[in-house]
Amino acid sequence: MANSSKHLHLAVALDGAGWHPAAWREADARPVELFNAGYWADLVAEAELGLVDFVTIEDSLGLQSDDPFEPDDRVDQVRGRLDAVLIAARIAPRTRGIGFVPTATVTQTEPFHVSKSIATLDYVSTGRAGVRVQISARHDVADHFGRRPLPRLSAGAIDDPAVRQQVAEYFAEATDYVEVLRRLWDSWEDDAEIRDVATGRFIDRDRLHYSEFEGHWFSVKGPSITPRPPQGQPIVAALGHGGASYRLIASSADVGFVTPHDATQAADIVAEIDALQQQVGRREDAVHIFGDLVVFLDDEPKAAQARRRRLDDLAGAEYHSDARIFVGTPGELADLLQEWHAAGLSGFRLRPAALPHDLTQIAEGLVPELRRRGIFRTGYEASTLRGLLGLPRPANRYATA
Amino acid sequence: MSKPIKQIHLAAHFPGVNNTTVWSDPAAGSHIEFSSFAQFAQTAERGKFDFLFLAEGLRLREQNGQIYDLDVVGRPDTFTVLAALAAVTERLGLTGTINSTFNEPYEVARQFASLDHLSGGRAAWNVVTSWDAFTGENFRRGGFLAEDQRYERAQTFLQTAQELFDSWRGDEIVADKDSGVFLSTPHAGAFAHRDPHFDIHGRFNVPRSPQGRPVIFQAGDSDQGRDFAARQADAIFSRHSTLDAGQAFYEDVKGRLARYGRRRGELLILPAATFVIGDTDAEADQLAHEVRLAQVSPQTAIKFLEQLWNRDLSDHDPDGPLPTVDPVVGENTISRGRASVRMFKDSIAIANEWRAKAEKEKLTSRELIVEVTGRQSFVGSAETIAATINDLVQADASDGFILVPHITPAGLDPFVDRVVPLLQERGVFRTDYTGTTLRDHLGLAPLPAPRRNANAGSATGVAS
Repeated sequence: MANSSKHLHLAVALDGAGWHPAAWREADARPVELFNAGYWADLVAEAELGLVDFVTIEDSLGLQSDDPFEPDDRVDQVRGRLDAVLIAARIAPRTRGIGFVPTATVTQTEPFHVSKSIATLDYVSTGRAGVRVQISARHDVADHFGRRPLPRLSAGAIDDPAVRQQVAEYFAEATDYVEVLRRLWDSWEDDAEIRDVATGRFIDRDRLHYSEFEGHWFSVKGPSITPRPPQGQPIVAALGHGGASYRLIASSADVGFVTPHDATQAADIVAEIDALQQQVGRREDAVHIFGDLVVFLDDEPKAAQARRRRLDDLAGAEYHSDARIFVGTPGELADLLQEWHAAGLSGFRLRPAALPHDLTQIAEGLVPELRRRGIFRTGYEASTLRGLLGLPRPANRYATA
Repeated sequence: MSKPIKQIHLAAHFPGVNNTTVWSDPAAGSHIEFSSFAQFAQTAERGKFDFLFLAEGLRLREQNGQIYDLDVVGRPDTFTVLAALAAVTERLGLTGTINSTFNEPYEVARQFASLDHLSGGRAAWNVVTSWDAFTGENFRRGGFLAEDQRYERAQTFLQTAQELFDSWRGDEIVADKDSGVFLSTPHAGAFAHRDPHFDIHGRFNVPRSPQGRPVIFQAGDSDQGRDFAARQADAIFSRHSTLDAGQAFYEDVKGRLARYGRRRGELLILPAATFVIGDTDAEADQLAHEVRLAQVSPQTAIKFLEQLWNRDLSDHDPDGPLPTVDPVVGENTISRGRASVRMFKDSIAIANEWRAKAEKEKLTSRELIVEVTGRQSFVGSAETIAATINDLVQADASDGFILVPHITPAGLDPFVDRVVPLLQERGVFRTDYTGTTLRDHLGLAPLPAPRRNANAGSATGVAS
């Protein structure tokens, strides 16, 4: 639905020293600086040089682990991270064009807090904020909160109907969560602040609205304490691998990240989410579907392959990912992106295997190549993230005038 | 031997959502746009202030069952705006008020640890508590807390957060590229905490931050609150800015420190204070009166009366005498989400006091409210204010002040431009920052690395 443009969209997924577990050992890696603002500022500056639409920043409410369901005791990989929303807020005031889509976990957190923190990120970035909502199915993360024990899941049991039911519940909760975020963002009309000295009124309270959300997992009264943010509704993004997560994208997101391994799969996923969108009554809403790719980029294909092998050797195991792993030159990647774009994806979220190397290759190799082909911007054409994504500023659901 | 000269600590409170803040002034700017926060913070940093202070409220105030519309309404998220301010300042401390009732320790600890990393050691946490179901309606957890449990929860919340901050000693990240050892121990961040409020365990995911933990502020005034501060806080945000009340509070709280094995310098007393500066004391008096009139509009005067009278007075004439009916005694049903209302202990006695004062001084309802609410702390020429502040600090009425301007965002400028240089001339306020962290500015010693946590194993012999 959103892919009518000749131009494609690009996002860069930032995480630690890069997505390969041995990336921190590269000569140009800065592993001791992962917890300094300067490190993130440099990465975002490079991404902004490449005029990408936005960066995402990974997050979780527990330590990283090699196992998606269990903690591990590894000491040979990056462990520890800073709050993604706060990294974005720390970097945004010093940038001018790029968008910020940090990750927020929805399973353990308060929608009221996340709503106002993303609204505030929109203020401090003057309209370039979004949020990627993420469920947390890990029992060890639940134990960090102690409010709601979660059953132990494992990769082997993923087809068990009880496990599927459990995971579907997390996504259903995420759907409610996004509904509350959006209601709270709309809970102030844009012109609610009137500063009318004659009547002594700072606001027109008729233009503030209670959210009155009551659901299975939480009830939220509202209104927000933060006025409607510059974009009205910051961008909501979610990563999906099928089933319940596609339903979340179709019902709630502005941008969905998906993980096809070829153009046919890409087309199938776009069609599937499009059908779900119609089912939930969002036919008219533009939803961008971005393909996720892990990228190893070098000027020569052999150099990229050699680098991947070297990193795998350091890690002691071949690197696997939910997303397709691309190894090659920026030109070859441009070919693939064009093919997948033609198959229906409106953009791509590239996960640099190693930072800063693969990010530099994106900004200074891939982007100029895409521009030569006439399918990528030559400058930031809009001042908001919605503008960059070609999404309109939404009307307020509560406004009657 | 004479008492050594104390150095004054100064902080800037971003104008709040109450009638102290005058939004009707043509100079008043946005309370939401980041540019206002940036300008305010940069002014404070230009004045070499110790820190900026943000208050918080998690539900819009209501009166007579409707959202209160006469004061500034709305504010940004505290953590997010402080992280953004770290980008536009270099030394200024960043103090956020964060509630211990409607949050969880793991989340708050990682947000403060993150803020401390991202600001290079400038984070501070003003720990507050609330218990009202009214605010709870915005949260999953609701208003589950009994009022008498709020300090208990705050204390154990802070204790739990402390254990999370201390779950990393600060030496775990080796990041040795050659050997491939990132962490010196597989137990970094391990914690386990169990009490009636929190039963949590696992691993904290933010490595130790530059200050070890945020500087801890406490704002309560009750006996329990003072003990809480004496035990765990680095600074108190108090409301006793006069000489007598300030000295009594200062002596009481500092006197409690020894009980917890702490020295007097380890807890700073910093009252909130407002100011109006004129070219002369007489001009300042005149300006101060105008400010109070702007703070108490006729509509605001009626709302203040309702808060004490605990009944609808919308038909009352603000320019006439006080109401003749008595206040409704009992639970305040008129005003919600406002801490000050809970402080009216005997409303009929107060109403009688107000009536006596109004009669004696021939005051209308609005004039009476102007007199009994929001009198500015410091009114005078820059010289008078500098002398007053210094006298109060040297007399141990406080260790400094958290200044609350009434205009956003430029209200701090006259203080920085006119009063700060006079304090610097007297040698009682820094002419430049000498350290980089907020602990440095406050004269608090760096925290030692925590002892290795019982859950953590040996740091030696780690291989992968």
